[in-house]
Amino acid sequence: MTTSTENVVLHVADVHKTFGGLHALSDIDLQIEEGKTHAIIGPNGAGKSTLLNVVVGRLAPTRGAVVFDGKVLTGKQPHEINQVGVARVFQTPEIFPDLSVLQNVMAPAFAKRDGSFKLNFLSSLDDEHQIRKEAEEMLEDIGLSEQKLMKAGSLSRGDKRRMELAMCLMQHPKLLLLDEPTAGMSRHDTNTTIELLKKIKERGMTKVIIEHDMHVVFSLADKISVLAGGRIIAEGTPEEVRNNPKVQEAYLGGAH
Amino acid sequence: MNFQGIFSMSRKDLTTLVIFSIVVLALPIWLQPFGAAYPDLMQKFAIFGILAIGFNILFGLTGYLSFGHAAFLGVGSYTAVWTFKLFSMNPIPALIFAVILSGLFALLIGYVSLRRSGIYFSILTLAFAQMSYNLAYSVLTPITNGETGLQLEAGDPRVLDSMFVAEEAGLPVSNFFGIEMSGIPGFYFCAIFLILGFFITQRIFASPFGMMLRGIKSNQTRMNYTGFNTRPYTLTAFVISGMYAGLAGGLMAVTDPLAGAERMQWTASGEIVLMTILGGVGTLVGPVIGAWLIKYFENIFSSFNESVLHNLFGFLPDGVEGFVVELTSMFVGEGWHLTLGLVFVLVVTFLPGGMMEGYRRITTLFTGGGGDGDKKAKADDTQTQPAE
Amino acid sequence: MDAIFLQFLNGLDKGGAYALIALGLTLVFGTLGVVNFAHGALFMLGAFCAVTLRKILTMQKVVLDEENLTAWGTPTEIRTTYVETWFGDFGTQLVNYSVPLAILLAIPVMLVVGVVMERGLIKHFYRRPHAEQILVTFGLAIVLQEIIKHYFGANPIPQPMPSNLAGAADIGVMMGMDPNIIVYPWWRLVYFAFSVIVIGAVFAFLQFTTFGMVVRAGMADRETVGLIGIDIDKRFTAMFGLAAVVAGVAGVMYTPLLPPDYHLGMDFLVLTFVVVVVGGMGSLPGAVLAGFMLGILQSFASMTEIKAIIPGIDQIIIYLVAVIILLVRPRGLLGRKGVMES
Repeated sequence: MTTSTENVVLHVADVHKTFGGLHALSDIDLQIEEGKTHAIIGPNGAGKSTLLNVVVGRLAPTRGAVVFDGKVLTGKQPHEINQVGVARVFQTPEIFPDLSVLQNVMAPAFAKRDGSFKLNFLSSLDDEHQIRKEAEEMLEDIGLSEQKLMKAGSLSRGDKRRMELAMCLMQHPKLLLLDEPTAGMSRHDTNTTIELLKKIKERGMTKVIIEHDMHVVFSLADKISVLAGGRIIAEGTPEEVRNNPKVQEAYLGGAH
Repeated sequence: MNFQGIFSMSRKDLTTLVIFSIVVLALPIWLQPFGAAYPDLMQKFAIFGILAIGFNILFGLTGYLSFGHAAFLGVGSYTAVWTFKLFSMNPIPALIFAVILSGLFALLIGYVSLRRSGIYFSILTLAFAQMSYNLAYSVLTPITNGETGLQLEAGDPRVLDSMFVAEEAGLPVSNFFGIEMSGIPGFYFCAIFLILGFFITQRIFASPFGMMLRGIKSNQTRMNYTGFNTRPYTLTAFVISGMYAGLAGGLMAVTDPLAGAERMQWTASGEIVLMTILGGVGTLVGPVIGAWLIKYFENIFSSFNESVLHNLFGFLPDGVEGFVVELTSMFVGEGWHLTLGLVFVLVVTFLPGGMMEGYRRITTLFTGGGGDGDKKAKADDTQTQPAE
Repeated sequence: MDAIFLQFLNGLDKGGAYALIALGLTLVFGTLGVVNFAHGALFMLGAFCAVTLRKILTMQKVVLDEENLTAWGTPTEIRTTYVETWFGDFGTQLVNYSVPLAILLAIPVMLVVGVVMERGLIKHFYRRPHAEQILVTFGLAIVLQEIIKHYFGANPIPQPMPSNLAGAADIGVMMGMDPNIIVYPWWRLVYFAFSVIVIGAVFAFLQFTTFGMVVRAGMADRETVGLIGIDIDKRFTAMFGLAAVVAGVAGVMYTPLLPPDYHLGMDFLVLTFVVVVVGGMGSLPGAVLAGFMLGILQSFASMTEIKAIIPGIDQIIIYLVAVIILLVRPRGLLGRKGVMES
């Protein structure tokens, strides 16, 4: 793979976001290349989650645009953005607590196959062998097979996060956005998740990760952008970022 | 998907359907010991059963609480009576028109109301239902016949009937190719629609569509970020549910060709909600059980009067008897609604899952309390699982 | 012009009732986060406080006069009310002023009803879904109205207003117009003035007392107030009692305008909900503004000229406004951004 701009799959172009008088994001220009894992790091309140919310359509940018795969995402509904191939894992897991684990994992596959709406109210879930098989394999992969008939709401927090990741993966998205995918996980679960994410990388899925845990960032990221005060203050390979004095001052210096 | 797919059911669903059908068709037999086996009441059982399972498709699956469902019931009734008046006393065209028109009406109201959720949705549906009710009583009197209610008249054209059958003296009775739709035949006619309605609900519950509706109730945000456009889903559920109510309203007119605006009042909507809650929201048979219980006890309680009570408590000493009779008389006869209100409060407070939850709790209690936590953690396995 | 002014006046008393009920509904929603479908029943209970007081005041002693026989040959009954026997002319005045006097009865009664309702039932629903709050309070409303029906029957019970306020005021003359152009019943003016005073009192109470300050802070941000360590629960119970009292006295004073029956509460509740939604859920000034606005709007819609253009508009105007507001500006006229907007 080359690193020419032709491979840019997500372009956050000159995005500003203000809340009242507060500048949450200024002059954000990000180019994410296909198949790469791009980490966004920064101290608390740097605007990381706001940036992610702008990308998935939860927030409208005050200025600027988000272009994905040649399509402008700005102004689109969250479900339309998902339908073009963007999936998101949330900081606090957004799952279907009242459905079984298996159903949680099956549902996204329907959205992928049937689009945003299909009137299939007389067909039976039992006949969806293909989707069910995929879902069971996925649960096998993330080690939740045993719990597949449990109500998802009764899973542990770590399991919920892994299940949410599995839900996104069921859609084979072109772009996967992860908001602190390992926060609150045990070291063991964190490592399992890193392995899982590495495996996806081999499949060529583009990922944007927001993460606090430097261990996770440096084991996964191809490229890192450092956000502070709503601006990108540095960008580069993990090695470059690690050695950037500005970053050390703003962020890493305090953390390590 | 394909024609075969429609009839392929899991064994569990099939068993439920068969048992349900037997229970419904055998109502005239097993209601005997309860003294409730007369046709009028059984017709109500079937009609309100349809109403409740239809309401449950909306409230039970999507969690959207409509406080205006009685409006669709009213539209169904008016449409059916008009069909009788204009075309034929055969119930089939009347029901077809009732379902179509209430469906269209639901489409209109749902399209607007579903732009909001939560209590705003409830208040919007309430506002629409009140508007319909007020209009039915005032400007729409030419269509609804206002307070008197819409009735059959000797001079009605009945275009189709007059082509085939000679005009008889007196008011005609709705008849299904010669079978009069009153009494036991009337009940069986309604019962068949109840079973059909139940079957369709089963299909919805077991379909991907049903799962999406549950997803909306469980977490609408996740639905959106998973790529689902939730509004067409809720709108479809709303329309289907409105059509069930229209069917129920139509059947009311079939068994008794009369339609009044009070059928659309919001207290009537409240009763539909109560039936569903009492039986068990979101379960398949719960709403039917709720509807039956309420109609059964309504029948019993409202027939009680002081003399019945005096007989009942005659064994008590005089002073005590008077007191007990006075106290209980509050809850029976005219006071039936007080009982209803109390049951409502108690069920919502202590058993929001209704009778079905009560049943589950009791069975858990008897099958060993040790596995309690486990059982609760399991997904609600009434039809919700893609079973083997 | 005169006709328009008259319709404006006609809307004021109804608007006052809407505003008073909506005020309590909003207080309860704003502080406790509960959607109270039983709030209309409180208005109805207040109205029946007036009925009860009048019943008590007009209890009669019956004396049989064996000397004078009626046409049927039975002794003539001489009926005198106890209060008149005991207090003479003052007693007669008591009966005459039974409606305003009933406020004194309604305040303690409604306070108790409100507090019992909140402590006994509603507090268990703070953390439960809105749907369940709606359902349980709906059930409670049925219970309350059926109890009233049991004791007072199903028919409306007219309540006379004090005799010296029974007539109508010729407002046209006061404004220098010819007589009989703008004639407006005194009691409606009284009701309007009464509602303005009560609304003013509630706002003053919330504005100038520490209690009110805490409640307002709680409405804005419940968690923060809890964090400061103020026991807001107790105050919120009192708040519920206050809302019940406001609804109750509103009901008392309304009885001469509309004979109360057991479903009076339900009739007003649906309209009041609409008022609250239009005003903005959780906004007190919004509730008052929308209450008067919709009362006046309803009065205009019932003008023959308007009805000739759009038949039936008087029946649906309020709901229509609500639908439009909810769709165009879901937070309502004066609602805060983000409150229940999803």
